[in-house]
Amino acid sequence: MRYGTGPQLTRGLATLAILAVAYLVLTLFVKNSYYQLILTLVPVWALFGVSWNILSGYGGQLSFGHASFFGIGAYTVTLAVVYWGLSPWLGIPLGMLLGGLAAIAIGTPTFRLRGHYFALSMLAYPLAILYVLQYLGFQEVSIPMHRDNPVAFMEFSEPRIYTLIAVCLLVGGVVVSLIIENSRFGLALLAIRQNELAAEAAGINARLWKMRSLVVSGMMAAVVGGFYARVLLVITPDSVFGMLVSAQAVVVTLFGGVASVWGPLIGAAILVPLAETLQAELGTYLPGIQGVVYGFAIIAIMLLSPDGLFWTLRDRWFKPKAAAPIPDVAPMAIAPRAVRPGVPLLVVENLSRAFGGLKAVSEVGFSVAEGEILGIIGPNGAGKTTLFNVLNGVLTADEGSAQIAGKQMLGKKTFEVCRMGVGRTFQVVRSFPRLPVLDNVIVGAYGAGLSDRDAIAAAVRALHQVGLQDQSGVSAGQLTNKQLRLMELARALAGNPRLLLLDETLAGLGREECDSVLKVLAGLRDHGMTICIIEHTMHAMMRLADRFVVLDHGRVLATGLPRAVVEDTTVIEAYLGKKWLARQNA
Amino acid sequence: MDLEILLENVLNAVTAGITIGCIYGLMCIGLGLIFGIMRIVNFAQGELLMLGMFASFYLVTGGKVLSFLGPYWGPFLGALCAAPLVFAGGALLHKFLISRVSGLRTAGSLDEGHFGQLIVTLGISLILQNGGQIVFGSTPVAVRTPLSAEAYLVGPIYGGATVFLNKAKVIAFGVAILVAIVLYLTLEYTRLGKALRAAADNPTAATYMGIEVDSAYRIAFGLGAGITAIAGGLMATYISFGPFVGFDYVIIMYSGVVLGGMGSILGAFWGGLTVGFVQQFSALILPPQLQNAAIFVVFLMIVLLRPQGLFGRSAERA
Repeated sequence: MRYGTGPQLTRGLATLAILAVAYLVLTLFVKNSYYQLILTLVPVWALFGVSWNILSGYGGQLSFGHASFFGIGAYTVTLAVVYWGLSPWLGIPLGMLLGGLAAIAIGTPTFRLRGHYFALSMLAYPLAILYVLQYLGFQEVSIPMHRDNPVAFMEFSEPRIYTLIAVCLLVGGVVVSLIIENSRFGLALLAIRQNELAAEAAGINARLWKMRSLVVSGMMAAVVGGFYARVLLVITPDSVFGMLVSAQAVVVTLFGGVASVWGPLIGAAILVPLAETLQAELGTYLPGIQGVVYGFAIIAIMLLSPDGLFWTLRDRWFKPKAAAPIPDVAPMAIAPRAVRPGVPLLVVENLSRAFGGLKAVSEVGFSVAEGEILGIIGPNGAGKTTLFNVLNGVLTADEGSAQIAGKQMLGKKTFEVCRMGVGRTFQVVRSFPRLPVLDNVIVGAYGAGLSDRDAIAAAVRALHQVGLQDQSGVSAGQLTNKQLRLMELARALAGNPRLLLLDETLAGLGREECDSVLKVLAGLRDHGMTICIIEHTMHAMMRLADRFVVLDHGRVLATGLPRAVVEDTTVIEAYLGKKWLARQNA
Repeated sequence: MDLEILLENVLNAVTAGITIGCIYGLMCIGLGLIFGIMRIVNFAQGELLMLGMFASFYLVTGGKVLSFLGPYWGPFLGALCAAPLVFAGGALLHKFLISRVSGLRTAGSLDEGHFGQLIVTLGISLILQNGGQIVFGSTPVAVRTPLSAEAYLVGPIYGGATVFLNKAKVIAFGVAILVAIVLYLTLEYTRLGKALRAAADNPTAATYMGIEVDSAYRIAFGLGAGITAIAGGLMATYISFGPFVGFDYVIIMYSGVVLGGMGSILGAFWGGLTVGFVQQFSALILPPQLQNAAIFVVFLMIVLLRPQGLFGRSAERA
């Protein structure tokens, strides 16, 4: 569990217990068998929404094909009874296993895609399976009755027992979801959702966490599907793999509130009875009224409160009190790093990267000594940011090498480079705007592989280092530009890197703000940090940097001490043009 | 003997691939305008196709508005007449719903509004599919024309190999080509076309150039809807369809547009043609139920194996 989430988790579990008991008491008073079925279906679809929410809500990987897992569970349970006489009590866990395997099989290729391509591709899987099942002749399969031993085959004459099982499954799902929400798993997913590249640069292995979320989500969806098949007894490819099934998960979750465990519950509690009742009352005259209701619900919620009912209600009536300014944790102590002056930490040799015919970085070579601040300057388009992107694995290099403390950095993934001790900030700040500052920074500490306890201590220390300790409870979206820059710096510092790659950290800051950031950076150097900084603000760079590397058109134009570099005629020419130089000399 | 049968099958697959492929090409141009150029992820494009089919059906067979044209001309003129109806529908959808999650409103936001577009168009798609069931009923229908049961025979070419060209498909193919050419010329060479492309390509820049982006967007979206509807009307002459038909085609459309390269009208056409070809050739080896599954596999291969320019976000500046 993440530090400080204990009370939140307890509160969540208590709410869950109350809701479950209240719901079960409600079922005691319902005698009509159709309403009893609805009472069973509400937790079923709520759980399906919870499973979708883990992948698409927390992780932001929008899936329009969650029916794949639902259907796999449903067909596993049904076919296991039909062909092997296997009880649903065992069939559901088997389906869960298959759902998890399917998640790996589907996720492995599909996570190469992002955004809407991911969403559309996920759609293709259930539809492809649907056609294959039709081809194999499983148009309509029903679960045979076992009157001799009903309980062993999950057959109950009392329909409320199904509701009880459904509620138990839902409780299980919500507990899993709450644990995820309050652990590093959930934080990693939220970070990936808000800014995948920033999460990677902070050391989070995005692919792995996404895959884990899909596996958990797929297993949960398969359980729901399997139980659904047992309740309905008859399944068709359309009823478990169809688009309306995938849509159910999307609709209940978005309507109720995305990225909160309560969202799917609220959504299902409102929409399922509504749609089912309308279907029962008007279905004969208006077939498909259920789909129409879902369609309207989802459009309305998207236009009126895009995050869903839960968040809108919470923001209006249950504004949570602002988090404590800083948790009661002693900052992790770090001894200043011993610096061996003149020993190179980063050595870049002959590094090139081209985009088509444009050589953005061309045969660049330089080295940074321990404890040194290297300023990388050059006109716009000189290849500075591309150089950083190649160094920290966002882009691949065409040739060359870059070694940190003797280890090759190139060819590694972004999060691996981070774990080698390279922190990075971005030209345009990449924050996780909805997370509080402290969580933003903790992401960096988790990225470095720290334990929960150490992560918070490291984050608190990093916040002290940049002077943001009083803002730790504010969400990142509310920070000023300077604070955002410092927060990004703190996130990079939380993993205790040996080298910082800072991309225009001073951009857009006023003179005084600039000075205070400079003070922070100088303080870091005093603690033995090695820094490469891209910057345009020359007056600041003259004060800060020990040495300059000047890039122009992707090549190293000059290297040397600041004073020497700014008087170098080739540098002046690159910045100000030949004419200016000629006039100056005349 | 076996060679003859094989030859006949291959030749028939080639001709069917070309005729159906060109109709798919036209269908893909519609999505190409909306997704390829305007970058709006429209999940409901298949339903626009379905509306085109039903519009044509009610004009020709159901409502008999166009029955005076006879069973030969009627169905194809009906397909063309479906365009303005669906154009109007598309423009209205854009005005009231799509415009709220696309264009200038979302330009520059983190995901260019794709999340909102997926959700809103998913809603539209659910309403049109299920609402279609209420309005049109769920029994499959078809635009009746005797042409769909007749064929031009070519051959015997080699031994006994004969090529059968379904008349309805051949005429639909001709109409599709004509519409595609007219549309291409309009977009490429007229002032209206240039304004539409400019607005769709970069709304912010187009505003600065004095183009009324809102209305240009509406027209472009309507046009994308109308073009797909014509393709739907043409297909309605040789297949039977119900309110849920759109689903089988939405993946085909995305495959075509992505394959052809985003942002190119001509590319979308070639993409659609290719997908049609693949589908018809898969009929040589696969049973009919699996042909649609094959299309999904093709779609996945396209998006997975041809990633350059496909990732909306991986090319972003760090």
